[in-house]
Amino acid sequence: MIGLRLERRDAAPIWLRIALPIGAIFLTLLVCSTLILLAGAHVGEAYAHLFLTPFSGRFDTVETAVKATPLILTGLAVAVAFRAKFWNIGAEGQLLAGAMAAAFIGGRASLPDWSLEPLMILCGGMAGAAWALLPAVLRTRYKVDDVVTTLLLNFVMFYAMTALLDGPWKDPLSGYPDSPDIRMEAEFPILLRATRLHLGILIALAAALFVWFLMNRTVLGFAIKAVGENPRAAAYAGMSIGRVILATAALSGALAGLAGVGEVGGVHFQVMAGLSPGYGYTGIVIAMLAGLNPLGVVPAAFFFAVVITGAEGMSRATGVPVYLSDVIQGVALISMLAAMLFTQYRIRIVGRLATASPAAPALSREVEGKTP
Amino acid sequence: MDEIFGQVFQIGFFAALIRIATPLMLATIGELYAERSGVLNLGIEGTMLFGAMTGFTTAYFTGSLWLGVAAAMGAGVAMGLIMGLTTVTLGLSQHVSGIGVTLLATGLAFFFYRLIFGQPSAPPNVKSFQPLPLPLLSEIPFVGPVLFNQFALSYLALLLVPATAFLLYRTPWGLALRTVGENPRAADAAGVNVAIMRYQALIISGALMGTAGAFLSMAQFNAFTFGVVSGRGWICIALVVFGQWSPWKSALGALLFGFIDALQLRLQAGGMFHLPYQLFLMMPFVLTILAMALVSRNARAPAALLVPFRKEER
Amino acid sequence: MTDTSQTAPPLLAMRGIVKRFGTVSACEGVDLTLRAGDVLGLLGENGAGKTSLMNILFGAYAANDGAILIEGQPVQIRDSADALRLGIGMVHQHFHLVPRHTVLENLMVGRPGKSLALDRAGALAKLKEIANAYGLGLEPDVLVQDLAIGEQQRLEIVKALFRGARILILDEPTAALTPQETEGLFRAVRAMAARGLAVIFISHKLEEVRAITTHVLVMRQGRVVAELRNAPELSGRRIAELMCGRPIQPPTKSASTPGPVLLRLVEVNTAGGERRRLKSVTLEVRAGEIVGIAGVAGNGQLDLADVVAGVLEPVSGRIEICGQPLDHASPRRVQELKVGRIPEDRMGTGLLTQSPLADSMVMPRVHRPPFSRHGLLDRGAILAFARAQIERYAIRAAGPRARTGTLSGGNLQKALLARELASDPMVVLAAQPTRGLDVAAAGFVHSQFLKLRAEGRALLLISEDLEELFALADRIVVMSAGRIVGDLPIAEATVEKIGLMMTGAEAA
Repeated sequence: MIGLRLERRDAAPIWLRIALPIGAIFLTLLVCSTLILLAGAHVGEAYAHLFLTPFSGRFDTVETAVKATPLILTGLAVAVAFRAKFWNIGAEGQLLAGAMAAAFIGGRASLPDWSLEPLMILCGGMAGAAWALLPAVLRTRYKVDDVVTTLLLNFVMFYAMTALLDGPWKDPLSGYPDSPDIRMEAEFPILLRATRLHLGILIALAAALFVWFLMNRTVLGFAIKAVGENPRAAAYAGMSIGRVILATAALSGALAGLAGVGEVGGVHFQVMAGLSPGYGYTGIVIAMLAGLNPLGVVPAAFFFAVVITGAEGMSRATGVPVYLSDVIQGVALISMLAAMLFTQYRIRIVGRLATASPAAPALSREVEGKTP
Repeated sequence: MDEIFGQVFQIGFFAALIRIATPLMLATIGELYAERSGVLNLGIEGTMLFGAMTGFTTAYFTGSLWLGVAAAMGAGVAMGLIMGLTTVTLGLSQHVSGIGVTLLATGLAFFFYRLIFGQPSAPPNVKSFQPLPLPLLSEIPFVGPVLFNQFALSYLALLLVPATAFLLYRTPWGLALRTVGENPRAADAAGVNVAIMRYQALIISGALMGTAGAFLSMAQFNAFTFGVVSGRGWICIALVVFGQWSPWKSALGALLFGFIDALQLRLQAGGMFHLPYQLFLMMPFVLTILAMALVSRNARAPAALLVPFRKEER
Repeated sequence: MTDTSQTAPPLLAMRGIVKRFGTVSACEGVDLTLRAGDVLGLLGENGAGKTSLMNILFGAYAANDGAILIEGQPVQIRDSADALRLGIGMVHQHFHLVPRHTVLENLMVGRPGKSLALDRAGALAKLKEIANAYGLGLEPDVLVQDLAIGEQQRLEIVKALFRGARILILDEPTAALTPQETEGLFRAVRAMAARGLAVIFISHKLEEVRAITTHVLVMRQGRVVAELRNAPELSGRRIAELMCGRPIQPPTKSASTPGPVLLRLVEVNTAGGERRRLKSVTLEVRAGEIVGIAGVAGNGQLDLADVVAGVLEPVSGRIEICGQPLDHASPRRVQELKVGRIPEDRMGTGLLTQSPLADSMVMPRVHRPPFSRHGLLDRGAILAFARAQIERYAIRAAGPRARTGTLSGGNLQKALLARELASDPMVVLAAQPTRGLDVAAAGFVHSQFLKLRAEGRALLLISEDLEELFALADRIVVMSAGRIVGDLPIAEATVEKIGLMMTGAEAA
């Protein structure tokens, strides 16, 4: 009989941390190729379109970076939160909160031109932070499960936004349920002429560096990690779990809020119902693929930006439904989670003859034969 | 005010309440099985959607609604098995696995719907389940039309509650399941196979969530839309907490929720309050959060919820 | 081989059992024989392989090699269900009970039955039968969380008998019992042996093993090093030396004159669970003094430790540390007042098992120089500190960056000790400091405590191990149901007196 055995390992080598997400992605693509076959398309062709469309021209390549901008920020938001085991599944709602704040500020005629962008960033971040603090307070004060509240609050924010768009914020010019455009002066500067690449990407990259520094070089980052790993030990050492959770939530919400600011200031210049096609949820997948490492979030976000933009091209060319990119996200999340077992365990295949080899704690029942 | 009262609380209102509560009861009881075994099944939202899509599609092509329900159950079971693989066999984070299953199931539902139906101008529909009046019982004034002129699946959902209570509290299987959820090591020492119990719970859980989805696309509505579940699954997670992990109280929570939802529909349709309809849609979510805030401090989840069980570890 | 009693196959025989965890060997070819009516003592230090061997017998672990025979027939024990079917029952050191279920529910779980519904009447009848046969009575409908520790253990034994156990494994059964409760347990064990059951008694308490067993196996490093038939006549010293493989020296305590009071609790009360809640606790610990807290687990020791550690706010009362009042519960303030703390659960409360050792070692003081300035960490200072402590205390670790969880129990405790002593504490609080440690590591911890005492520091030592308290303490304070029920200078303390007080009887 042959069985799988898991042995605890001391520490994961660096190469493994890079190899794992890549392995998880390959596994994901392998699994998803069955869907492409079901759709009657050629696997190689479909994947070629998926991954090459985004690089088929200067415009498309830059568009991928535009797409990656909110994803980096929501990925960071989730990575920070999950480190403290604050289960923020609400980046989606926090993003909308930031976007609405930005649209509100960006449309104020009374504000001086120079103040518009800084204020949009500041208020958007604060709005996201406030929306994330709500579930954090509910958790620390009333012990309400944060997963459920952050999820439910996404719906609350979405309906609040659509109610505004249908009422006071309805664009008087078009009559559509979209908010009026922000002022020209509030639009984010474009970094590359004749593209949509805007200031947001610099904000996102700076945020990744900032979060990395915060997590690895500051006392707050130390506390966030300690509270996430062992709240009892952290409290015993004198850290206030409640305060650390609140700080984490505020930071996480602010990052998600900035994602919304970028979309309003740099891409849409207004708020509308389809502002976020699930950037908050994709952020979860990105954060996990990055192993919750802030610097890893950047390539992971670019990967999914490629998948999301490439899916359109793939769909047009091969007829495979564009929703393949959603399936890829789900499978990638599960694959990466499973792959992370390798950072803690070493997997051995054991056969009947292997009884002389050192045995190890198995995850589940051992299957190997016992020699009498 | 009397006028509003009279307009709202008619027989139709209470019948609608049961109808709205049906999918919630099915999915909430499904979640309850999983949580009583120690697994938080956050795959619920996606599982319901995938069930709704599978059930609808099967019914559309076979013409049999019940075959659709069976397919939806199968789809739910498949998702339950994935959840079992990740959380039971591999012992991975239940939070992240559940979100993963929801993303996956949602993606699959969208993918296959688009693959099968393309982008039609008018969404395809089926002739949905019709109310099944029970002979004699439906003749009882008031109670009859409210309780006994419902969909077959609603009767099933109502019967599911005492059946679940019996299974959990009066049978060796239920005792084993509850023990697994409280202290898997104790269950293991008593000769109960923890992994098998948790898989069974996740299979039941997935089947009921799939059925709940089928109810949405084949009874409550007659078509599958991408927003057919729209947060109902997450509300069921809250209902289990609100119901303190008891089948009776959780089902009561579902009925209470049905009441609120039916009320907002009436108020919205009655046009008595000139508020954007989105605020009515938001109301159930806000009330659910408030209810959670009220009960959570004293809530006592199964002790082994979220804790993976690893047999041999030192 | 001519004696007839020897020709019948033994009830249980384990032959050549081998079990390895990774590169660590837990059992290396262990043989064990058990006949009806035997009470076998299984002795050994922590990590000698006793518990692993029994877990193999009970199906929790799969052996890498070896055979198990029941009445001469080779058997496969793949899981606990197999073990139960073969008449093997185990009472684990940490009870496997569901606190929120009733006694009867805990008994009935996993019991094979044909009917769909639970057979309550049948279970009640059987419970009564067991109560009559062995004197092990229990109320069927009480919730387990409302039972005392001794009653919970009785339930564990009844559970095994309920499932038809002929071989009963008791893993460290007396660890949490009062001396009087232990006597009751022994009566039940004798009744079982008299009825032809066989009992395996795992312990490291020599006195108890000599009192109850018919023969003894001594294990060391996964091997049986001695099989002794005449255990009652053997000297404790001899067995102890067999257990650790070298002569042992009890810690020597020099005379010391207590100085000023460094830790004072006055009329301290806490809220919470009725039994564990502190009730008007007044206590003083002086410089150069070790005060031992004795008591059955769950009688207020945890609250006492938490109050002194600054993690639990008393509802009333006063706490003074080195003459300064502690106004509100704060672990930081307690540390500033020079209290070092060794928590009971070193993995759960003390350290970050997934993080680098260095992080675990600076955690309580990471917010202060030299480890950080203006909220920014000084990684170099953190690593240098950890490196220095690793060297100073000879902690066996791959380095300051090694994952904390990879260290052995003894080295984890050294790391914790190093961390807390580095801040030069005047008061040291230690809860169960040697639990789970081998003799060498425990000896190291004890010698450190005596050194602190000689340096004029105050130590509050909470322990369920009476031997440890008698070896180290200058005074023994006994707690029961959250109250201090006795306070004896070590010269006047005896096991009998302390045991009597632990059951709640006031000091005579």
